[in-house]
Amino acid sequence: MVSAIEVSGLTKTYDGLVAVDGINFNIQAGEAFGFLGPNGAGKTTTIRLLDGLSKPSAGGARVLGYDIASEMVKAKRYIGVVPELSNMYDELTGIDNLVFMGQLYGVPSHERWPRAEELLKTFGLYERKDSRFATYSRGMKRALTIAAALVHKPRLLFLDEPTVGLDVAAARSLRAIIRRFREAGITVFITTHYLEEADILCDRIALLVKGKIVAMDTPAGLKAMAEETPALEVSFKEPVSGVLEDIKRRLPDLTVMKVDDRLRIYGGDTDTVVGAVLDCAKEKGTQITSINSLKPSLEDAFVKLTGLSPLVMAAEKGGRQ
Amino acid sequence: MSYESLRSIYYIALKDMKTYYLKPPAISWGIVFPVAWILAFYLRNPRNFEELVPGLIAMTVLFSTTAMEAVVINFELRLGSLERLLLAPVSISTVLLGKVLGGAIFGLMITAVVAVASIIALGLFQINLLYLLLILLPSLLMFSALGALMCVLVREVFEAQTLANLPRFLMVFLSGVFIPIASLPLVLKCIAYVMPLTYTVDGIQQALGNAGSIPIAIDILVLVALIPALILPAAKLLARRFV
Repeated sequence: MVSAIEVSGLTKTYDGLVAVDGINFNIQAGEAFGFLGPNGAGKTTTIRLLDGLSKPSAGGARVLGYDIASEMVKAKRYIGVVPELSNMYDELTGIDNLVFMGQLYGVPSHERWPRAEELLKTFGLYERKDSRFATYSRGMKRALTIAAALVHKPRLLFLDEPTVGLDVAAARSLRAIIRRFREAGITVFITTHYLEEADILCDRIALLVKGKIVAMDTPAGLKAMAEETPALEVSFKEPVSGVLEDIKRRLPDLTVMKVDDRLRIYGGDTDTVVGAVLDCAKEKGTQITSINSLKPSLEDAFVKLTGLSPLVMAAEKGGRQ
Repeated sequence: MSYESLRSIYYIALKDMKTYYLKPPAISWGIVFPVAWILAFYLRNPRNFEELVPGLIAMTVLFSTTAMEAVVINFELRLGSLERLLLAPVSISTVLLGKVLGGAIFGLMITAVVAVASIIALGLFQINLLYLLLILLPSLLMFSALGALMCVLVREVFEAQTLANLPRFLMVFLSGVFIPIASLPLVLKCIAYVMPLTYTVDGIQQALGNAGSIPIAIDILVLVALIPALILPAAKLLARRFV
């Protein structure tokens, strides 16, 4: 298999602060690769290094065979980038924005308009093709930004937090479109802090925390890592203060965390955990409504491998709108 | 420079024309301001207005180009759309040259209106059109490049306009726009010859059939030499924003 991206010891520091810390990975052509991590983990910095907007402090990478330090202008002909910010031109219409991108990427003049129109139809924007970008809704702006990255038919697509700020329906629609890129053989590099998004879209996922890759595998492989650690989820009839602390005190060697209005307990044997929960409920004078054994999810893998709460991810950037 | 780069420079300038030419800062600083000055001087002293025409044309070049650079560069820096350009297969120098060309074309349009109106209204038909073009074209590119150099130092449009006012007003008062350089004290005369607008005013004087203080070939040479001398540091400073 041919490598679309080869990263070796890639490092980026800003004023002594390490944003990306000597990461290594390879992405095969046609693969959908996810970078999953909380805000500030170094996901966007990595994309900026790989798409030529930033220079590495150490290490290097080859993108589609081109060295990021010296050959990025050549590489960019075959790369599409969807930045986190939908930064098309407010004053230009939808179709003018796409045609301008076609001009910059050297799309032959007779192909620019048909291709722009085709993309506008694909993304459901054709009816608004003559409206200024400034008048688009947030979802439409995101869709046009993605369409702009496809005007030149790239072989590699970088998507930085593609569904941030979108409502559930718009995010679902975009994910369906991203899946189609994979089917079309485009290599996809996607950063996200939505665990379920990475699970659905990616062939392989790297978990990034504080600039370092802490794990990298297929979603199934990552889940299997969490399988060794069973998890129980406990619901109480009503919220009672001090339950979390009490169970943590009773099970000091286990990971106990609050997820919404439930408690999640990782590890330990079931009898001990259930016993501790029952004792706690009795002492606090509350009723247990359910105790469920959880099938390992990517979230469990994330918790186990990073030591972070999944709430850290959900809370990022205001969460889903 | 490759054909691809030249094509990108052209399309970036074209996009800037479509996008920014009617933005309020471009109109107020690039059109209203020089026109208001011209009218003010005409109303104050219509008889000797002819003497002021070379300086006023030069001032129009200065204000229109530098005002437009603040719009085409700083709007995009603030909104993040300059990064959008850099995601395409273009270098930072190509993007900057596109911006400089966009400013120069805007300046050319405004300056052409002012120059043609002045020439017709005052009957200045002894003009040497070749000299005028040889002075105006490098001046437009050079002042656009000067504007770009100042604009990449700051982020906001208003910061760029404020920063640009310092050299703009210094040049307006010391480069022979209103006061002939020959009548300046020696120290100010020395400063005047460091100001690029001096060479534009002097060149336009000669193109309009008046006597100049510098050979026109020197005026043209200085203006042309200043274009890369301003673009190179501007490109370096812009590149530092993307390290």
